[in-house]
Amino acid sequence: MATYNTSQFKSGLKVMLDNDPCSIIENQFVKPGKGQAFSRVKLRNLINGRVMDKTFKSGETIEAADVHETSMQYLYKDVDAWHFMVPDTYEQHAVGEEAMGDAVKWIKEEEFCDITLWNGQAISVTVPNFVNLKVTDTDPGLKGDTSGGGSKAATLETGAVIRVPLFIGIDEVIRVDTRTGDYQSRAKE
Amino acid sequence: MTTVRRSTVTWRPSADLETLRQRSRLYAEIRSFFEARGVLEVETPLLAAAAATDLHLHSLSCRVSLASGQRPLFLQTSPEFAMKRLLAAGSGPIFQICKAFRDAEQGSRHNPEFTMLEWYRPGFDHHQLMDEMDALLAAVLGTPAARRQTYGQLFAQHLKLDPHSATPHDLARRAAEIELRAQGMETASRDDWLHLLWSHAVEPALGSGGRPTFVFDFPASQAALARLRPAAPETGQAAVAERFEVYLNGVELANGFHELADAEEQRRRFMADLEARRASGRPAVPLDERLLAALEAGIGDCAGVAMGLDRLLMLRLGVDNIAGVLAFAVDRA
Repeated sequence: MATYNTSQFKSGLKVMLDNDPCSIIENQFVKPGKGQAFSRVKLRNLINGRVMDKTFKSGETIEAADVHETSMQYLYKDVDAWHFMVPDTYEQHAVGEEAMGDAVKWIKEEEFCDITLWNGQAISVTVPNFVNLKVTDTDPGLKGDTSGGGSKAATLETGAVIRVPLFIGIDEVIRVDTRTGDYQSRAKE
Repeated sequence: MTTVRRSTVTWRPSADLETLRQRSRLYAEIRSFFEARGVLEVETPLLAAAAATDLHLHSLSCRVSLASGQRPLFLQTSPEFAMKRLLAAGSGPIFQICKAFRDAEQGSRHNPEFTMLEWYRPGFDHHQLMDEMDALLAAVLGTPAARRQTYGQLFAQHLKLDPHSATPHDLARRAAEIELRAQGMETASRDDWLHLLWSHAVEPALGSGGRPTFVFDFPASQAALARLRPAAPETGQAAVAERFEVYLNGVELANGFHELADAEEQRRRFMADLEARRASGRPAVPLDERLLAALEAGIGDCAGVAMGLDRLLMLRLGVDNIAGVLAFAVDRA
């Protein structure tokens, strides 16, 4: 079983901690001029997203987590799961609700996402930072207002509800920042 | 015909050129500070036959071909031993700006090869040397007079424990209380626990607001090469090491000693270091018999301090990562 020594710690490294796969966000080498050295690490639990701090005495080892990211195309959803495919191999993966997380708000068929696999199981889904989605419902547009002075709620084709400027109407395609859920602009098709 | 290939190798400096000009200016200011005070600049070898015995210092070694045959020599972890031999030879006050090397130290404040300013003052104790340190920092950083607090005061203030009397069990419990989770502490010594708590819960708050903190009177177990002051039962004061450290904005900048001048005591500490190395499976290193002989000849009452100049430059320019002040950090060396 692969292990990493504290001297190999760096951001992005995937390790096992308390039986969960984690990603190192930040590693700070701490050493008094006279005294024991430590690695002070900030990690994200890849299952539940929680961020925690942990310190390792220099020279300690930690088990590597078999975690990697693969770009996959979203195919369809059924009652149990969202189904994705690796385009090159046609290999399919079913992703459960917990692993989907917020991705369900932004994902539409044929979209490509980065799927994080741990021991072959999907544990999280990263959607592109920007997606283009159609507005399916919103109050009628106030055509004259293009200044962006006000906002209103709009329902998107994925079911997500976000704030959009008053001039956006039904059936318009808009660009959304998936990290913040903010409206960016009308989509340039 | 030669094929022209675009190189993908990173050849550019880690620091920008303005930073390197600032480094040059900083060195000039330091040199003029010491020249005005009659402190002599010296240069000693980077390669030495002996190494630092400290359990937590890892010396780099190399094989050197000499007239007498091939010999292992060590890159210095600080110029301390050689400079003390100059003191014993009657040099008077001396300073040096040089490279020091420490294996397995890399991070935002550490590079395995770094620049040190070290100076010695015959006739000074650690308090007088702190005064001079304060003057130097004021000259090169423009900082106000430092706060001075003992290690014990600061430890009690931040962790509500007496570091001189707390047991490893007390320290471990305190770490758990402040949710300081650490792996690998099963075999930790009392000093390992002190280092863990100090570096995580005290150090980041030291020297805040641009005013340096000088920490003095360290636990006796962390004396390194400092004199010990015995316990004073009448005042309840524990035995302490006459050692000080300088912090600014949470960064450890310098470490100084009222220097141990007793050759016998120095030999005992070297032997204790070697025993600690043996116990933790670290390689033994040759003792510096030349230093011991110099101490026997006598270096007198003196104080000395070593300061990391890369960190000083980082603080002067507001740079967060040591690579940003090095012409070429180790990953571009």
